[in-house]
Amino acid sequence: MARKAIGRSVPRVDAYDKVTGRAKYTDDLADRNALIAKILHSTIANGLVTKIDTGRAEKLPGVVKILTCFDVPDIEFPTAGHPWSTDPAHRDPTDRKLLNRRVRLYGDDIAAVVAEDEVAASRALRAIEVQYEEYPAATDPEEAMRDGVPLLHEGFPNNILERHSVLDGDFDEATKEEGLIRVEGTYQTPTVQHCHIELPTSYAYMEGGRVVVVSSTQIPHIVRRIVGQALGIPWGMVRIIKPYIGGGFGNKQDALYEPLNAWLSVQLGGRLVKLELSREEAFYGTRVRHAVKVHITSYVRPDGRIVARDAKFVSNQGAYGSHGHSIVSKCVTAFRQLYNDERAKRAEAVTVYTNTATSGAMRGYGTPQSVFGMECHADDIAARLGIDPMEFRRMNMMPVGYTDPFSKNVNWSDSFNQCIEKGREYIGWDRKRELYRNQSGPVRRGVGMSLLWYNTAVWPISMEVSSCRMVLNQDGSVQIQLGETEIGQGADTVFAQMTADTLGVPFESVHVVSTQDTDITPFGTGAYGSRQTYVGGMAIKRTAESLKGKILRFASERADTGPDALDIDDGFIVRKGEPGSALFALSELATDVLYSMEHSMHFTAEETVQAKSNAYSFGAGFAEVEVDIPLAKVRLVDIVNVHDCGRLINPQLAAAQVHGGMSMGIGYGLYEKMLYDPGTGKLLNDNLLDYKLSTIMDHPHLEALFVENPEPTSAFGTKALGEPPTVPCAPAIRNAVFHATGVAANENPLTPHVLFPLFKAAGLIG
Amino acid sequence: MFDFEAVYEAKSVAHAVELRGLHPEAKILAGGSDILIETRAGKLAGCSVISIFKLDELRGVSMDGDGTLRIGALTSFSCLARDPLIGRCISVLGEAAGTAGGPQLRNIGTVGGNVCNGVTSADTASTLMAWDAVMEYTGAGGVRRAPIREHYVKAGVVSIAPDEILTSILIPQDSYERCFGCYIKYAMRGAMDIATLGCSVNVRLSEDLGTVERMRAAYGVAGPVPMRGLGAESTANGQPVSCETVNSAAAAALSDVNPRSSWRASKELRLQLVEELTRRAFRESVIRAGGKL
Repeated sequence: MARKAIGRSVPRVDAYDKVTGRAKYTDDLADRNALIAKILHSTIANGLVTKIDTGRAEKLPGVVKILTCFDVPDIEFPTAGHPWSTDPAHRDPTDRKLLNRRVRLYGDDIAAVVAEDEVAASRALRAIEVQYEEYPAATDPEEAMRDGVPLLHEGFPNNILERHSVLDGDFDEATKEEGLIRVEGTYQTPTVQHCHIELPTSYAYMEGGRVVVVSSTQIPHIVRRIVGQALGIPWGMVRIIKPYIGGGFGNKQDALYEPLNAWLSVQLGGRLVKLELSREEAFYGTRVRHAVKVHITSYVRPDGRIVARDAKFVSNQGAYGSHGHSIVSKCVTAFRQLYNDERAKRAEAVTVYTNTATSGAMRGYGTPQSVFGMECHADDIAARLGIDPMEFRRMNMMPVGYTDPFSKNVNWSDSFNQCIEKGREYIGWDRKRELYRNQSGPVRRGVGMSLLWYNTAVWPISMEVSSCRMVLNQDGSVQIQLGETEIGQGADTVFAQMTADTLGVPFESVHVVSTQDTDITPFGTGAYGSRQTYVGGMAIKRTAESLKGKILRFASERADTGPDALDIDDGFIVRKGEPGSALFALSELATDVLYSMEHSMHFTAEETVQAKSNAYSFGAGFAEVEVDIPLAKVRLVDIVNVHDCGRLINPQLAAAQVHGGMSMGIGYGLYEKMLYDPGTGKLLNDNLLDYKLSTIMDHPHLEALFVENPEPTSAFGTKALGEPPTVPCAPAIRNAVFHATGVAANENPLTPHVLFPLFKAAGLIG
Repeated sequence: MFDFEAVYEAKSVAHAVELRGLHPEAKILAGGSDILIETRAGKLAGCSVISIFKLDELRGVSMDGDGTLRIGALTSFSCLARDPLIGRCISVLGEAAGTAGGPQLRNIGTVGGNVCNGVTSADTASTLMAWDAVMEYTGAGGVRRAPIREHYVKAGVVSIAPDEILTSILIPQDSYERCFGCYIKYAMRGAMDIATLGCSVNVRLSEDLGTVERMRAAYGVAGPVPMRGLGAESTANGQPVSCETVNSAAAAALSDVNPRSSWRASKELRLQLVEELTRRAFRESVIRAGGKL
C-alpha cells in the first residue's frame, strides 16, 4: 500500500519557489509602468475637512490626478471580511466612504494622489493644503462614552457601536451562598498590530469594462463583494486576483484599500494604478487588535470551586466599524465556556468608537484579550486561596461532554487535562513551583501557565461554505482549486496532502493552483477563523470522492468489473481492499479516456460543502521567566504551547504554525503596544523601531507539543490551529512573573514601564 | 526611490571639503542609515547630499607614532566590533558598536555618523565620551582637533564648521593604557533598538589592584547629549576597590544626570537605570581590570 501523505511532514508545495525568490507577490506582478497612488492623511484626529486646495500640487511635474473626499461617491460601505449576510440585522457596520470628509482618526484618508512615480506622488501630498474644523479627540473608550463627547458616527449615542449582555443561571441567588470568597480584578490588554512582512499592496486596472484588482488579501471572494458595494457597481463587474501573500494575521481579512484602488483606476479610465502602503500607514490606517479592558468578579468557595462569575468588557473599536462588536462577543463566549461556574455567570460587553486606528480581526479574534483577563484572574484567585493554580484550573475548567447550547460544539475529549499533563512535564511544573517559592535576590525565576480556549470556523455566527474543483491530467496528476487561501501558513500543502490520500494518488501528483482569481476560482470565503483545514477539508473530501467515482466508472469498463469493486491507490487502479493489486495506471486510463475516439472525457469534479458544525480547539501554555528586579526586566527562559488541534496533517507545518503564534504571543506578553498622544490622538510609535515587535534575540527555544484527538465532525479529524497558538503565551508569562516576584501585573505587555512602578510599590525596588 | 534634489559624490577628503564650500545646504551622507530614513519620512525630502561614502581612506583603525589610536570616521560598526586594535586597546568600544541595531545597520552605519548626528542615544558615543576621545576634523584651513565634549553642542547639533568634515576619532594613549571598561545598553528588546539608557564605565586600578586610580563614566539618554558622570568619578577616584566604592559612585551618578520623561520612558525609570547600570558597569570594569569585589 502506498505511503499516505496525511500525517507526514512532506515539504511545502511552495517551498522551493519561496526560498529561491521565484514565488510572485503582488508587487512582483505589477507592471513597472504602473501609476503610483498615495493617500493624504489627516493631521487631526477628530473633525471635518472644510476645504482642500490641490492647486499647487496639481502643477507639480509627474502628477496625474488628485481626488479628494469631496469627489468620492456618497456610499458608505462595510469593510469586515465576513461572509455577506442576507439578513440585514447581521451585517457589519457601513460607516466609511472611500475618502472621508468627516475625520475620525489622526491619519484618516482624505485625498489621494496618482502620479507617475513615488517621488512625484509624495511631493504632491506635501503640497496639498487642507483646512479643518477640529473637535476634541477621545482615544480612550471610557472617555469617548461620556455625555457631550463629539459623536464619531451619527446614530451611535455615546459613541457606543453596540452592547449586549448575557446571564446564565440566577446570579444574585448564587452569590448569596454563605462562605463565598469574592475576588475582583481589572485586566487591560493593549492595541497591537499584525506587522505582517508584506505591507498591504494592490494594483487595479480595467479590462473589458470591468475592474480588476490584484491584491495581497486573505479573502478574494469577499473583497470582490466589498469593492462592488463601495463603488456601487454590480459584483460581477469586479475581479479580484490574489497571488502569494507575505502574511495577513487577520489584517487582510478586511477590505483595506482595494476599493479605493479600484475607484482610482476607474477615475483614470482604467489605467493601471498601484497602491502600496508604508509601514507607518499600515499601523494607523489599516486594522489593529481591539484593546479590551475586563473587570471580573468571582465568587469562589474556599476549596477553589467557582460558584459564579461576572465580567464587564469594554472594547476599543477605534474610528470605524470593521469587525466591530464581533470581537468582544467572542471575548464573552470564551468567558462563558472556558470555566464551568457551578451556578451562574453574567457578562456585559460594550464596543466603543474612539479617535484611534480601526480595530478589526487579528489572530485569535478577541480570545487573546479574554483569556488574558480570565487566566490572570485564575492565578489571582489561586493565590488568594493558597492553592496550586493548575489544580484550580482542573477543578473549574470545561468538563468533557460539555455541549454548548448555541453552537452545539461538544467537548469530546479530555484535551485540557492531556495538554496540561504534557506541559506540566515539559516545564517541570511541580518542582519549579516549589523551588521558586521563597526567593529573595534581585534576580528571580517563576513558572506560570494559561489555558487556551478556541473554536474552529465561524458557524453558527456566519454561514460556512467551501467549494473545490479538481481536474485530472493525462498523466494521472490533478490540479486542485479552492476559494481557501494560502497566506503563508502552509494551507496549499495540507490541501494537497488531503487530496492525495482521498483520491489515491501520490502527493507529488497533486498540483495546487495557489492563486485565487474570482473569475476562475470556486467560491470560498478565505483564510480566517482557523477554518480552512476544517471547512476546506470537507470540500476537498467530497470533491476528491466525486472525481474518484467518475474515474472508477470508466475504469470498471476497462477492468470488466463493477466500479464498487475498484479503488485507486498510489496512482494505480486496484481491486478494492487489495492495495497492491495494480490493474493499470491511472495515467494510462486518463490518457486513453481523454483521447478516446468513442467517448472522450475530461475528468473534473466540483463540489460545494456547507459546514453546519464547529469544533473546540483547546490547549495550554506554560512559561518560565527570569525577572531582573532592579532593571524591571523579564527574560523569557522557556515557553511551551500544547495543543489539541485534532489530527495533524503535517506535523512540521503544525509546529511552525505554533512557533509563529507563540512569537506573536510573546510580543503581546512582553513588548508590543501602540501608544497614542492623548492630546492630539496621533499614534506615537508607527514604525518598527518604536513599536517593539520582539526579535529572535527575545525568544528562547519555542516548544510546540500536541495531543491528537481526532475531531469527529471534521473530514480529516482536524480542528483550528491557525489562531490558537497566540492565545496562552501572554497570561502564562504574566503568571510566571507573578510567581517569581509576587507582583500581579494586570496589563500587558509586561514592559519595564509597567513593572518598574509595580516593583517600587511592592517595595522590591528601594 | 528617494527624494534627493542632488547627490554630490566626494572623490577625496579635499574634494569633500570643496563640496562643502560649494553646497553649504547639503547634508553629509556617510552610511546613510539616518539620512535615508529621514528622507523617506519626508523630514529631509528634497534635500541635497554630499556623499563621503566612497572615501575608503576614512575607513579602518590604526595606531599613530605617538601611540594614539586612530579610528577612521567611516569605520562601520561591524568593523569596529571585530577590529584587533580596538580589541586590544578599547574593547568596550567594539562591544558598544556591536549593540547598535542589527547586522545590516552595523554593516552600513559608521562611527563618524553615529557621533555627527548628535543624538544622545548613540551607542558608541557614551564610550567615546568616557574615554576622552578627540575629534579630528578636516576643513579648508587644514586639520583641527577638539575633545569630544566640545563636539556636542545640544541635541542634534554638533560643532562642525561649514567647510569641515569629521575625518578621525582619536583615543590618546593615556586614555586607554591599563584601562578596562564595560558598556551596558538598556533597551526594550534584545536587538534592533535604541538605548533607553546607555552607560559606559572604565577603570584603571593601582598596580596592586587595591585602589581605583581612575574611574570614568558616561551616559547616553541621561540628558540631551551624551554626558560624563563627573560626580560618580570623583566619588570613586582614589578609593579602595570595594562594593562600597561601587555603590557610592552609583548613587553619586544620580546627581550627574538629567534625564527627562517622554513616552519612551519615564524620568524615574531612567534614574533607576542610571544608578543600577553604573553599579553593574563599574563592577564589571573592576573585574575585567583584575580587581576583586
